[in-house]
Amino acid sequence: MRPASYALIGSAVLIAPAANAATITITLPRLPIAEYKKPYVAGWVEPAGGGAPRSLFVWYDLKKGGNEPGTKWLSDLRSWWRKSGRNLSLPADGISGATKSPGSYAVPLPADLPPGNYVVNVEAARENGGRELVSVPIKVPGAAGRAAGKTELGAVIVAAK
Amino acid sequence: MQRWARPLLLAALLAPTAALADHSFILPSNTNVSGTNTMVTFDAAGSEHVFFFDHRPIQLAAIRIWKPDGTPGESVNGVQGRFRSVFDVKLDQPGTWKVAAEQKMITGSFKLNGEERRVGGRGGAPRAGQPGPGGPGQPGEARPASGQRGSEGGEPRGPGGARGPGEGGARRMPPVAFEDIPAEATDVHLTEIANRVETFVTLGAPTTTIFKPTGKGMELEPVTHPNAIAAGETARFRFLIDGKPAAGLKVTVVPGGDRYREDVGTIELATGADGVVAVTWPHAGMYWLGAEATDDNPSEKRAEARRMSYAATFEVMTP
Repeated sequence: MRPASYALIGSAVLIAPAANAATITITLPRLPIAEYKKPYVAGWVEPAGGGAPRSLFVWYDLKKGGNEPGTKWLSDLRSWWRKSGRNLSLPADGISGATKSPGSYAVPLPADLPPGNYVVNVEAARENGGRELVSVPIKVPGAAGRAAGKTELGAVIVAAK
Repeated sequence: MQRWARPLLLAALLAPTAALADHSFILPSNTNVSGTNTMVTFDAAGSEHVFFFDHRPIQLAAIRIWKPDGTPGESVNGVQGRFRSVFDVKLDQPGTWKVAAEQKMITGSFKLNGEERRVGGRGGAPRAGQPGPGGPGQPGEARPASGQRGSEGGEPRGPGGARGPGEGGARRMPPVAFEDIPAEATDVHLTEIANRVETFVTLGAPTTTIFKPTGKGMELEPVTHPNAIAAGETARFRFLIDGKPAAGLKVTVVPGGDRYREDVGTIELATGADGVVAVTWPHAGMYWLGAEATDDNPSEKRAEARRMSYAATFEVMTP
């Protein structure tokens, strides 16, 4: 491990200092729907050959409590919940965030990923709407790749800074 | 249509050895659950078509619930209907829950003063107007109490139907409960029936405490966690009989929703020498998995044989 990597652990929002710095840009499409609700979206990275997935972010209704809290619908992010989300203690520092309006959002890829092949996954689920998973294979170092969803997600682009 | 089912049902009524006409299941509304104050609702039934309600309920009283730490859980809002039982479980503990129904009973026959009598049911004299149990059901399944309902909807086991006057017009004697077999009975031939139906639900991160086998009868010991399975992946489950791996056991997997397709889509598998069966799920959805076996190791000493069945419901997620 490079010493620089430790600065990032548990704090994905800090600016990555050097070599491996890469950003994931997620586009949430504007959907022509009357009763549009902002989607739940989660992102994680997992080794291409299998291994422990690592959550990067999850955007959900953090504030809603009561009988049907915002966390109730986290399992609608089916893949993320099964692979990573359900093992997290939520809200998780540097991971949990509020839902986002349509637009493009940048999230840093952890700079401490050991060299190798990975898959960056972004999953979206919308109330009374669909669910979509977009997977982008990348190679670290030099992470770069892109893929696009058809319905709930627009482009997911991984690019070096 | 599967016309064979009707003769099989009749056979089940008369001959205790043909009881696999049903798929018994406990169907959860959700298996991978997040949030707090979470409730999951369950349907428990035995039916011909997997996850449809077309035959009979599993008795509400037969349902048992295990919390993730292994302690007993409770159900609420229970209703036993004509075709299914319904109940809710509040998941007040994170981890993996087990919801199950178990049934053990003795069937068979004996002779008393030269007359053959059948053994079956849960004991006690049949109530007036009720034909009494005619043989083993699937786990914990309730027979509609005919005295409480006007019509059985044309079901073959209705009063005065299949059971009616026996051949030659002789009235059939009601079956005798195992406990009531008289000491002077001869030609006693008994079979022990042990049926188990299960499903698993996980709140938050999966746990494995409730997978610990009891060592009694047929059990499933997950190798792959039942709430961590996805389409295209292969799950492995070990079948045990009395705690030992059950090698060469035939295992049947049926995807739910067979009413909406031509082919039932049954997947026939078998366990290996280690008792493990490997299931590759063709697509996401609810699946029924079942197995049965017969041996001569009944826990009841007076029985000659034992018939065991196991059935479980699994939700296969999208990858």
